[in-house]
Amino acid sequence: MASLITRRKLLLGLAASTALAGCDSRAASMFLAGMGRWNERVDRLLFSESRLAPEPPASELTPETAFPSYFISESMPFAPDNWALKIGGIVDRPSVFSLDQLKRMPQTGMRIRHHCVEGWSAVAEWHGVQLREIARMVGASRDAQYVEFRSFDKGYYSTWDIESSLHPQTILAYGMNGRPLYPDHGAPIRLYSPVKLGYKCVKYLTEVNFLPTRAGGYWEDQGYDWYGGV
Amino acid sequence: MAASGLQILAAYPALGPRGALYSWYPFQNDAPPSWLRFGGWLAGARHWHFAIAWFLIFNGVIYLIYMIASGEWRRRVFIPTRDTSNALAMFAYYLRIRKTPPPEDFYNGLQRMAYTSAILFGVVVVLSGLAIYKPVQLYWITAAFGGYDVARVVHLSCLVLLALFTVMHLVLVALHPRTIVTMVTGGQRG
Repeated sequence: MASLITRRKLLLGLAASTALAGCDSRAASMFLAGMGRWNERVDRLLFSESRLAPEPPASELTPETAFPSYFISESMPFAPDNWALKIGGIVDRPSVFSLDQLKRMPQTGMRIRHHCVEGWSAVAEWHGVQLREIARMVGASRDAQYVEFRSFDKGYYSTWDIESSLHPQTILAYGMNGRPLYPDHGAPIRLYSPVKLGYKCVKYLTEVNFLPTRAGGYWEDQGYDWYGGV
Repeated sequence: MAASGLQILAAYPALGPRGALYSWYPFQNDAPPSWLRFGGWLAGARHWHFAIAWFLIFNGVIYLIYMIASGEWRRRVFIPTRDTSNALAMFAYYLRIRKTPPPEDFYNGLQRMAYTSAILFGVVVVLSGLAIYKPVQLYWITAAFGGYDVARVVHLSCLVLLALFTVMHLVLVALHPRTIVTMVTGGQRG
């Protein structure tokens, strides 16, 4: 009998909390915000600066026509003639780099699986310069805990934690599958990394800013997970 | 968990790698019906899914610890050498091939098989979920499932199996309403 009462109480309690979560939207959003903060802590705990995403074999490369690419402008964004990449925020030497200058920096290449928040994945090779190389060159401050990425795709942007930004596989990419990056994948320069979901990897870059405080992002401001770790 | 998971699935209702979708899956690009979904949109469903997942895991771990610590597992877990013949006999009885049910103690063999497999599906649904939640940081779980796209299939399959398990019990309750008492209370003691 004792067990019957505890089970019944348990079931009633569960039903009540479900009803609360479902019906009272303020309680629900407080619950989700709290669990979201908890999940970000777990996410940061799981992240390792030295753990590299495994590189799948070349046979797993996704046909380029099957690799989706999104932008938010009405039509495909093309770089303005005077395009250059600005590196700023709390850095010793704010800099402006042309595409040629970036291409002369030490090159990193990797074949990795892309994970989209929607649930699909696709494999490609990416070529570019490590963001941590650039952070070193411009002398990013130790107080920079976040990095903001801005684009010429109608104000698309995102902000990352510094640890993920300095991961060895986080690169500013100018090449894909052995040739220059095409406009549909973010030419002339896009951010790319296996440690974040696709929407965090800003295309059509114009600015990289090292920041002491957290900023938002195009999808993040609409409710998508800010950390977006993979 | 199920409804928010189906809302997440609706964002990309296909199985298999991009450019090489699995040909055996009959519902490629068919989103699950909206009455089965919860969370409103992809971001909302993800928040719900990853919030409630902790309670599922917490609940499951406590259950498993209790099962082991109390020794309850001995009369509940399906042990093939002990329970196979009883399960087959019970199955034959349900099919009216056998006139009398086999002897049963706490559970019959078929019940043990069903309940043990449900626990197994629960464990696998959590592991395959982790595999597609953190395929880089927890790459070894993803690799154990045979990769990201396979883990997605396993995750969805577990949901289907657990749903069948639940539906079968709902049908049972509809046909024999009194069984709900033993389902909720855990049956007779002793």
